[in-house]
Amino acid sequence: MSDITAPTGPKLRKKRGRILGNSGLIVAATVLGLITLMAIFAPFIAPHDPYAQTLDDRLIPPAFIDAEMADPRYLLGTDNLGRDYLSRLIYGARISLLIGLLTMLVSGVIGTVLGVAAGYFGGRVDTVVSFLITTRLSLPVVMVALAVVAVAGGSLQVVVLVLGLLLWDRFAVVMRSATMQLRNLEYVAAAQSVGCSTPRILVGEILPNLIPALVVVASYEMAQAILLEAALSFLGLGVQPPLPSWGLMVAEAKEVMLFDPWVILLPGLAICVLVLAINMLGDGIRDVTAPEGRS
Amino acid sequence: MSDQQPILELRNVVKRYSVGRGMFAPKRPLMAVGGVSLSVPRGQVLGLVGESGCGKSTLAKMVLGLETPTEGEVLIDGRPIAQLGRLERARLVQPVFQDPYSSLNPRKTIASIVGLPLAVHGEGSAAERETRVAEMLALVGLSPRHAAAYPSQLSGGQRQRVAIARALILKPQLLICDEPTSALDVSVQAQILNLLMDLQSRLGLTSLFISHNLAVVQMLATRVAVMYLGRVVEEGPTAEVMVRAQHPYSRGLLASVLTPDPRLGLPDTRLGSVFPDPLAPPPGCAFHPRCPLVFDRCKVEAPRLRNHQGASRAACHAAERDAAAMIPA
Repeated sequence: MSDITAPTGPKLRKKRGRILGNSGLIVAATVLGLITLMAIFAPFIAPHDPYAQTLDDRLIPPAFIDAEMADPRYLLGTDNLGRDYLSRLIYGARISLLIGLLTMLVSGVIGTVLGVAAGYFGGRVDTVVSFLITTRLSLPVVMVALAVVAVAGGSLQVVVLVLGLLLWDRFAVVMRSATMQLRNLEYVAAAQSVGCSTPRILVGEILPNLIPALVVVASYEMAQAILLEAALSFLGLGVQPPLPSWGLMVAEAKEVMLFDPWVILLPGLAICVLVLAINMLGDGIRDVTAPEGRS
Repeated sequence: MSDQQPILELRNVVKRYSVGRGMFAPKRPLMAVGGVSLSVPRGQVLGLVGESGCGKSTLAKMVLGLETPTEGEVLIDGRPIAQLGRLERARLVQPVFQDPYSSLNPRKTIASIVGLPLAVHGEGSAAERETRVAEMLALVGLSPRHAAAYPSQLSGGQRQRVAIARALILKPQLLICDEPTSALDVSVQAQILNLLMDLQSRLGLTSLFISHNLAVVQMLATRVAVMYLGRVVEEGPTAEVMVRAQHPYSRGLLASVLTPDPRLGLPDTRLGSVFPDPLAPPPGCAFHPRCPLVFDRCKVEAPRLRNHQGASRAACHAAERDAAAMIPA
């Protein structure tokens, strides 16, 4: 009887130890935190107006590319319209994060509701949801997104909506199978016997046990949405200029990449770092919250 | 309400599932429970025994209201549970499940697991609930420190105590124990059984105790019902069934109890090991393909549960024949 640890102190300390011991999580959280702060406080951090064109100062390289040509006013140089590249990158983080978060929310809500309903109720509900998932999986995301954006016109709202309505499949598949496993556990039967209503069981007993899986899928989908936004913007069908989307910046830079490759390198690197950080954060949180699920 | 009123009464309860074999094949009925009538008077413990797959757990689920019987009625305290609301039913009957590792939500503290029934039923203020949870934990032999712990910090026996506390906090009329000790270590089994026996006498509980461990049933139950393939084949006072089992299956079960002496080897039950396909039960007495006493009548006519001698009832043609031979008319 005396073998259990006193609950609060050591448990918290153990958890803190697990967090600090997970270096990937720490790095990812720091990077993501910095990018988020940068996005939120963009007007205060950015040295220039990201839209202001100075046609005399076009394509000035940053100091680490060409020290002679560099201009101390433009830390990361300027693009081919003479706009400050650092300011545009800072403002671009806003668009990437906004699209990533909103898409994740829309698709997460749709996918989780469908998946949990299918897994818990089974039978007809499951048949219908499985059919919806199969239908959705038969649609190529990029092609449908391109078609819809081409018809509805590219804008931030349209991109979020299209991606949100397309990226729920993984949420639904994972939540469905996880819920199916949980539904047959005895604590669900115990909750039913105690008189819990179905919504109460879903929210109080099932959902808390789905969180680790949900975090992983959500982080993956957020990264996916950011990549897709970049791809759509690169093709000219996503966010429209002059908004400083990272994907759009890559697209604008491709005309000059032969002589000034750094113009395409910087936004590409930004996308890469953000996506990597989000994925690493998701994996890290999974490891910390559910150590038993580590493979 | 008279004292004669049984707390639990099953009236010819049948549960059939239809088993699909793909989209185009016709579904086949599976008789999980085939017409069971039992009653448990107030303050008594009915032990329900039988091998895996005989319908014990399905029966328990129907009593808990987690499954609806295809036919027949389940009455608790004289009221058919089909007509009871979710909360009313919960106040009458509560379960203790087999596996304390899956019956407690790993993301909740012990206090919130034990207090959940009170919260669902909206009983008392948060502070009152906390005191009642603390009292309940003390009653099942847990220390107040455990209240803030998570299930993963407790041992199997401690978890089962938590499950018992959760089942008893609403003060139910009837406790359904579905193999509450079979997932535990032998040393811990005894502790949990002692706790159950202690609570039994202290709170005057009525319970249905499901097990395949006859020694456990002998210790706890006042009456025993033996199930085979969805039917009760023998039912009677524990002492009588344990000593003078009339049904050959009950005798086989009793013979199957392992002895501590390794030289004796595995007991021979003379039953063979073939469990019949519940999708295609044998005609006549469902037990006849395994029965050492089988004769012609068993293959045609299903025996009914009736009294042959003593105070117990058995569903067996051989028992009927023997009883008739012993007491000439």
